Amino acid sequence: MTMTDYLNHIVEKLPFAEPFLFVDGLTHLDEDRVRGFFRFRPDLDFYRGHFRDRPVTPGVLLTECCAQIGLVCLGIHLLGRQHQEREGGYVVALAESSMEFLHPVYPGERVEVTGEKVFFRFGKLKVKVSLTRADGQMACRGELAGMLKPEEP
Amino acid sequence: MKRETIYEALLKIISPYLPEDVGEAAISPGSDLIRDLNINSSHLVDIILDVEDHFNIMLEDQDMEALKTVEDALGIIEVKLGTTGNS
Repeated sequence: MTMTDYLNHIVEKLPFAEPFLFVDGLTHLDEDRVRGFFRFRPDLDFYRGHFRDRPVTPGVLLTECCAQIGLVCLGIHLLGRQHQEREGGYVVALAESSMEFLHPVYPGERVEVTGEKVFFRFGKLKVKVSLTRADGQMACRGELAGMLKPEEP
Repeated sequence: MKRETIYEALLKIISPYLPEDVGEAAISPGSDLIRDLNINSSHLVDIILDVEDHFNIMLEDQDMEALKTVEDALGIIEVKLGTTGNS
């Protein structure tokens, strides 16, 4: 499997689907670090209400995007190495989030998320994440932790 | 290290992870961390990591699986420290 195929394979393993998938693709993945991207399409439904007549991407969804790329994609990669050749999905639960928001992300923007492992022990993954806009401005950063385990057969 | 010393230290480590409606007085050696003290799986990992730091020991996956009660934790710590042959 080429690296590109492997990165796509990880995205396919994600337990999320439309309308709650906030990963378009990954560009880097190793034992300690993941990088991926997502474009917040301007026709996404929540822009109609956040805010009224002044659409801005909600912070909770920036956090979600950070969690799906920085925490879950990295976690699936790390779990996959522990349970080799395993078929089947994964169960994930967000456990901790501490984020700060620095700049807004507007409809149609493509963002890049970086996740860096703090620790992965006993099924708990803690990461430092950051999300940057296409113009290089950091929109948010923080720390997230989640519990990950293979789905029971 | 004496068993009481380990127990005291363990109480201090567990306390911050108790839910708001569970007091430190609720902890007894027989308490099941998840079922009785209502500690979630994420905080259980935090407790184990704090135990590792405090006692300068390393726990393995099988220790985690065997760890249900405060007493189990005590036993695992003693074995790792080599204080008593608890087995």
